[in-house]
Amino acid sequence: MRFDDEPVPGFHLPILPGHSSPGRLERVLRAGHFAVTAEIAPPDSADPNEVYLRARIFDGYADAINATDGSGANCHMSSVGVCSLLTREGYATIMQASCRDKNRIGMQGDILGAAAMGVANVLCLTGDGVQAGDQPEAKPVFDLDCMSLIETVRTMRDESRLLSGRKLTQSPKLFIGGAANPFAEPFDFRPERLAKKVAAGAQFVQTQYCFDIEMLKRYMERVRAMGLHEQVYIIVGVGPLASANAARWIRAHVPGVHIPDEIIDRLAGAEKPKLEGRKICVELIQQIREIEGVHGVHVMAFRQEEAVAEIIDASGVLEGRIPWHPHRDTPTEQQRAAS
Amino acid sequence: MYAVRRWSVRHSRGLETFYNGFERVLLWLEPVMRRIGYDRLERPVAWLEEKTKGFLFDCQMCGQCVLSRTGMSCPMNCPKQLRNGPCGGVRANGNCEVKPDMKCVWVEAWDGSRRMRHGGQIHDVEVAVDRQLEGFSSWLRVVRIKTEEKRQQQESGEEAA
Repeated sequence: MRFDDEPVPGFHLPILPGHSSPGRLERVLRAGHFAVTAEIAPPDSADPNEVYLRARIFDGYADAINATDGSGANCHMSSVGVCSLLTREGYATIMQASCRDKNRIGMQGDILGAAAMGVANVLCLTGDGVQAGDQPEAKPVFDLDCMSLIETVRTMRDESRLLSGRKLTQSPKLFIGGAANPFAEPFDFRPERLAKKVAAGAQFVQTQYCFDIEMLKRYMERVRAMGLHEQVYIIVGVGPLASANAARWIRAHVPGVHIPDEIIDRLAGAEKPKLEGRKICVELIQQIREIEGVHGVHVMAFRQEEAVAEIIDASGVLEGRIPWHPHRDTPTEQQRAAS
Repeated sequence: MYAVRRWSVRHSRGLETFYNGFERVLLWLEPVMRRIGYDRLERPVAWLEEKTKGFLFDCQMCGQCVLSRTGMSCPMNCPKQLRNGPCGGVRANGNCEVKPDMKCVWVEAWDGSRRMRHGGQIHDVEVAVDRQLEGFSSWLRVVRIKTEEKRQQQESGEEAA
């Protein structure tokens, strides 16, 4: 898909009337397209090329790339670092900001820095508890919670001030996001919590992995009854499972992931579980696409990032659209050799 | 104590009624408190508050009590100190992600709030915690704020007249 004003890496796009960010994700969603976002695995490395290589896998398939912030409480390159590299190349990023590791002073500083670098989307998260990660002896901060973080970013953007009241000479022009988990207890409070996030200022949400389509449908029914699907863009999380054992491990060890037995049985019974996992993912995306009020999918293909293109292709949700990426208009080596 | 804390959630409606009455008594006593001096009262009242609310709710003395808006389940007992609802990590049995043997504070809060007359306040967005208030009495703070509000209302009423 082309915009009238194509991005020049390092320069911000103009903000369209009625938009709050200069980002392409907001443009795609507001234009009514079904959006695709993908999660980049941040490297355990100080080498920028590792980030570029990992981002390149999604070229042409993702409207924005999520840079995780110590997900699962494991230490990797920071989301600020990943975003600073990616925005230099012109990638659309969603900077995840978790309340676990920084207090409000650090978080507000990051928000300003992110917007200055060209980050147009921020995903406000509480963050997994430190016990889930590789350094459980760390101090959990949790000064803000995800809700007050959303409100903080909105205050900074709309009122052009810090929480202290001090004025900003330029406000961060961000599209504000939050997380949602329709697949965890207390189920009847989950849509209410979404309503709170919308009231706090969330404009889009990305959900936890969906493996149970019926559960998602029940959640969305309530969301539509509350009229929330018209106030917030809902992007549902999906991902391929590598095997039945991997699924069992995730279910037992990753907080908040619900995987029904049928999915595990299907993987266990498959001749090629990895392919079956991708097939299940494609089927889920197609079913999710049909649910009224869902505006996109967020692919979290942990350790299978190379499968994202194939999964999105097979699902057909982009409908021929090619999201902008830095290499789109530069011919590849093969094309150059051929011409 | 965990068992007492859970009892309090199950009896959130009764506690709500008690709290409303207690607040009226405190407000009625305000002139006396002002004469004694809030500063002088701070330590003994905070001590009393810590003991009673500590027993009933495992109160952590954040100094800005929201129990009446969170189903009488103290959100500061959440390992992530969430004040706006449960995180996405709640286990299938409704227990905490961080402490597997503890019922999620917010599963409890949602349950308690539905027993209460004004439980709907759980839907309001709570602003960020002011960490400076930690250890101070929430009761005295409420009395001061409510008295000040009343005074301002009266003043604006007089001006209008």
